[in-house]
Amino acid sequence: MTTQPLDPPIEHLLRELTPQVLGIVIRRFRDFAAAEDAVQEASLAAALQWPHDGLPENPRAWLTQVAFRRMTDHIRSESARRRRESEAALEMEQLAPPVEAARESDQDDTLILLFMCCHTALTPASAIALTLRAVGGLTTAEIAHAFLVPEATMAQRISRAKQSIKDSGIPFQLPTTEERAQRLRAVLHVLYLIFNEGYASSAGPDLRRADLSQEAMRLTRIVHQLQPDDTEVAGLLALMLLTDARRQARTNAEGELIPLSQQDRSLWDRQQIAEGVAVLSATLPKGAVGPYQLQAAIAAVHDEATRAEDTDWPQILALYDLLKRMSDNPMVALNRAIAVAMVHGPTKALELLDVLRTDARLADHHRLDAVRAHLLELAGDHIGAVRDYRAAASKTGSLPERNYLLAQAARLSG
Amino acid sequence: MKYILMMNGTKANFAEYAKWSKKDMEANVAFMRTFNKQLKDEGVFVATEGLGWPDQARLVRAGKDGTPITDGVFPESKEFLAGYWIVDVESPEQAYKIAARASAAPGPGGAPGNVPIEVRQVLGSHSDLGL
Repeated sequence: MTTQPLDPPIEHLLRELTPQVLGIVIRRFRDFAAAEDAVQEASLAAALQWPHDGLPENPRAWLTQVAFRRMTDHIRSESARRRRESEAALEMEQLAPPVEAARESDQDDTLILLFMCCHTALTPASAIALTLRAVGGLTTAEIAHAFLVPEATMAQRISRAKQSIKDSGIPFQLPTTEERAQRLRAVLHVLYLIFNEGYASSAGPDLRRADLSQEAMRLTRIVHQLQPDDTEVAGLLALMLLTDARRQARTNAEGELIPLSQQDRSLWDRQQIAEGVAVLSATLPKGAVGPYQLQAAIAAVHDEATRAEDTDWPQILALYDLLKRMSDNPMVALNRAIAVAMVHGPTKALELLDVLRTDARLADHHRLDAVRAHLLELAGDHIGAVRDYRAAASKTGSLPERNYLLAQAARLSG
Repeated sequence: MKYILMMNGTKANFAEYAKWSKKDMEANVAFMRTFNKQLKDEGVFVATEGLGWPDQARLVRAGKDGTPITDGVFPESKEFLAGYWIVDVESPEQAYKIAARASAAPGPGGAPGNVPIEVRQVLGSHSDLGL
């Protein structure tokens, strides 16, 4: 297998066609796990052949044909194992229809695949891996690189995820109207996790991981095109655009973290901010407001401030108040405390943190200490701030974050 | 999140291990082989290595001009790393469960060895400070 990077147009085409072809193959053979393998193999074959032979006239038909052939081979060998080879193989030859005849709605197929891959029967890590492969069209090797695990481990994770789908009997069809909203939330959550996995990693040496954010945005864009009236899908897309717009300013050349208040705002991607604001604004007349829209609105308020001191904190606090009413997430309460500090002063915010400290989900989390340290610093208690920056540093699982927190402690104790 | 599972032992522990019967040794090796395969099948395996014995261990410091100064004398109580696994899991609890399985590797007579396994998080580049 070649490891040379593909011609980008071919790679994009393959990624785009993956869920469409997969939908066709699943409809034909009713076996998600085997179909997914067959489409990945077809895609790898295309990646090898197309750059040399040129694009086939109908790339989708080409991929479908190859995947069908792989499926037939798979069923033959399965049948052979069961000593029924001749009948089954014959049966398959007869069953294989003209490729395009099997087409259904590609759009529905992509959605159905997302609903399957992001089903709550899967662990988040499995759902992420399977979504990236079956819907995103990434290879197992690419996903393994992005998550810094051996390829064999990622292959196993994907295969177990497929087994879970099989075991739970999730049908290959759109969820019922009653289930739909909740299933869509699960899809959005997985897309959010993929985005965060890429965005939250520092830039520089981890460019492969940054690609995950791009992929999450691409997939969310597709869902937004398929569900243009869902305000939370739009909200998530806007949130990603508005957050990712700050990527260049978020770390320095050494990969060190730079907090929002100290970022060089001329590095923010104005075009992406404009697009995010437009996507978000389009949801407003539709009425329904959800957590992703609110988070996007908060990101937009930050993005619209030319200087950190121009930030409209009262508006951010108002948005956090709404968000807190909607969500039981203690991280929301923690972020809200920062807005409280900016509007009403650190003492009031520190009181909120004393209450949050009793929340078991947060009690041992480094972010509680980090926010507390920041608030203590604002309040002029440098000894307390140093103590809490150090406490946060000892708890974080991230090296750039630990370096950042220790640097804050050193700055104040210097 | 990734965790490293470290199996440690004193020189005395290593010396005991060297005296195990062939059968006990084989049972332990077979267990480890199966355990490693299980980790791979479960989709959590990242890496594993076994280390040379403490007899070969040297403590190295840089001398005046940067030349290595080595020391091979250690207190009896010092614990040495025997080997490690790195796993990629969803929670510390899942890492503890895997460590407990490694700890239960058969010792002399086939009974679980219950060797202590030190579990530590491997730092990533992921950050959720909300910066």
